[in-house]
Amino acid sequence: MKPSPISLSSQRSTWSAGRSALVALLLRDFTVIKKDIKLFFLRTVIQPFLLCFVFLYVFPKIGQSVGGGGGSPGAAESDFATVLVAGVVGISVMFQGLQSVALQMSQEFGFTREIEDRVQAPCPIWLVALEKVVSGALQGMLSALIVLPIAALVHANGVHAAIHIHWLVMLTLVPLAALAMGSLGLVIGTSFEPRNIGLMFGFIVLPITFLGGTYYQWNRLAPVQIGGWHWLQTIVLVNPLLYVNEGMRAAFTDVAHIHLYLIYPVLLVFFAGFLSLGLRNFRRRVLS
Amino acid sequence: MTNPPVTSLPVIHTSDLTKVYAGTDVTAVDGLNLTVYQGEIFGLLGPNGAGKTTTAGMLTTRVLPSAGSAFVAGIDVVAQPNLTKQFIGVVSQVNTLDRQLSVWENLYFHGRLFGMGAIESREVASELLETFQLTRWAKASVYALSGGMAQRLMVARAIFHRPAVLFLDEPTAGLDPQSRLALWEIMKQLNADGQTILLTTHYMEEAEQLCHRVAIMDHGKLLALDTPTNLKHSTGIDTIVTVKATGDLNELGRALALLDGASSVRAVERGVELHVAGGERLLTRVIAAAEGVGAQVQDVSVAEPSLETVFIRLTGRELRD
Ligand SMILES: Nc1ncnc2c1ncn2[C@@H]1O[C@H](COP(=O)(O)OP(=O)(O)OP(=O)(O)O)[C@@H](O)[C@H]1O
Ligand SMILES: [Mg+2]
Repeated sequence: MKPSPISLSSQRSTWSAGRSALVALLLRDFTVIKKDIKLFFLRTVIQPFLLCFVFLYVFPKIGQSVGGGGGSPGAAESDFATVLVAGVVGISVMFQGLQSVALQMSQEFGFTREIEDRVQAPCPIWLVALEKVVSGALQGMLSALIVLPIAALVHANGVHAAIHIHWLVMLTLVPLAALAMGSLGLVIGTSFEPRNIGLMFGFIVLPITFLGGTYYQWNRLAPVQIGGWHWLQTIVLVNPLLYVNEGMRAAFTDVAHIHLYLIYPVLLVFFAGFLSLGLRNFRRRVLS
Repeated sequence: MTNPPVTSLPVIHTSDLTKVYAGTDVTAVDGLNLTVYQGEIFGLLGPNGAGKTTTAGMLTTRVLPSAGSAFVAGIDVVAQPNLTKQFIGVVSQVNTLDRQLSVWENLYFHGRLFGMGAIESREVASELLETFQLTRWAKASVYALSGGMAQRLMVARAIFHRPAVLFLDEPTAGLDPQSRLALWEIMKQLNADGQTILLTTHYMEEAEQLCHRVAIMDHGKLLALDTPTNLKHSTGIDTIVTVKATGDLNELGRALALLDGASSVRAVERGVELHVAGGERLLTRVIAAAEGVGAQVQDVSVAEPSLETVFIRLTGRELRD
């Protein structure tokens, strides 16, 4: 028996309810960021600043060689700076996108249980998770915007990063990279208990960053081989950050990088894969 | 308590609603059939693990039923969870306030989440703070709130979008008596203004004080469903005598059970509880019977049956254990 509906005067279509919920969730996230905008800024710039400071300022000053030598002294450092600046932007997009989603998620699932109220929003529950990814991606993009000038400016005299912006690539790849990293954050945030989230940084984020082509171009790994097998070059191909960093090289510099025909589809596949895994995890943890 | 209009319009209807959690073989809710009418405060009363939260969870789309069906405001909860959520307000058993937002913002963004515009949300948020006596705390972090205030804020948030049903899962658990009373007043007032409420609780006083009808649950099953008065009448007893004594309590129990009008006896801590239907000069006879078996009576108290009595008679156990 189905009881007659009581007066549902204010019934809204699922679509319009979903849209306003999405807007409200984003507004909420940005209100929170605005409250701690200084903290957001610091968190975003501290790592890029330190990387550039050590590698592009201190190293040249103390004569520590980076960049594989060759050519005139200034040139090697400048080549390295060009490679590094793009990598620094890439790593910032990753950190900001991944961290903002993963930490929030694991907290809201863990001790604050806020998620239980959030999923009572009159929209599909996947939208609540997707919003976190979008918000993380926006933060990732914002950090790219903040970091690029810093990375381009912090260096010793004579070291010069050759920045050349390819607008179309930048405007498409930065968002795609940010979305892929935000989705990875969703996977991590929904898989780890909050008390294990530190572990996650040690076991997942660190390897990803060090083997993600931040400090070197992928094609430079060719000499690392065993019996003619370029093992390192092969292994790092599973690392999503590699494509982000190589993509940033394509967007911001003229140096060699993995072909864009490869970067776009691979990042799309990572994005789709992480997102569907993350949404599945999310649903499982929210519904019982 | 005034009598707000309870209508005959069903707001919640379940048939054979059942939940077995994946990976367990416990039937958390077992073939539940109930109907809640518009204007009611409906109570789900039961001990820990009775299935109250699971029932509320299924009605609020958080728990997927294993079998059976549920309609809220005429909407099939399983088939249209997103639509259902437009018409329900939920206060869960744990504090789910947004810790990164202020008290006022918790309300404001809830309004936005439910599709209200900025101006309307702002107005309603401030009004609700006033109604729930939280205006002083508008700008405070929710960490600054006491348990009772946090609970009030959760209720304010849940009714923000004028839901057809308000679900309150043990809203007064862990609150001090004063905050509990304050929350009771709020619930009564909301209901007097026409708010239908489904309340889960394991406090029998709460169910008795507030609810038009109470469903008593245990082990996922509905044991009884009626008004508190009818439930108490259904026990067939009108007096409960608790005798605290030293000596042979078993003997005492047997003697009391033989009294005229005695319906049943039950061992309690340091004494015996006697359920009586009718019977003249009860206390005199109880004391005489006790002395007859050589028990030293230390205290005798008389009470009317409560929902606790109903529960004990249905299950043989106390509600709180
Ligand atoms: N997510 C879950 N997974 C597995 N079993 C669960 C889950 N939630 C509840 N249960 C089990 O289902 C049964 C009913 O639990 P429920 O939380 O609905 O009871 P309750 O009446 O709300 O109790 P309480 O008064 O403790 O809140 C219990 O046996 C409980 O262990
Ligand atoms: Mg419960």
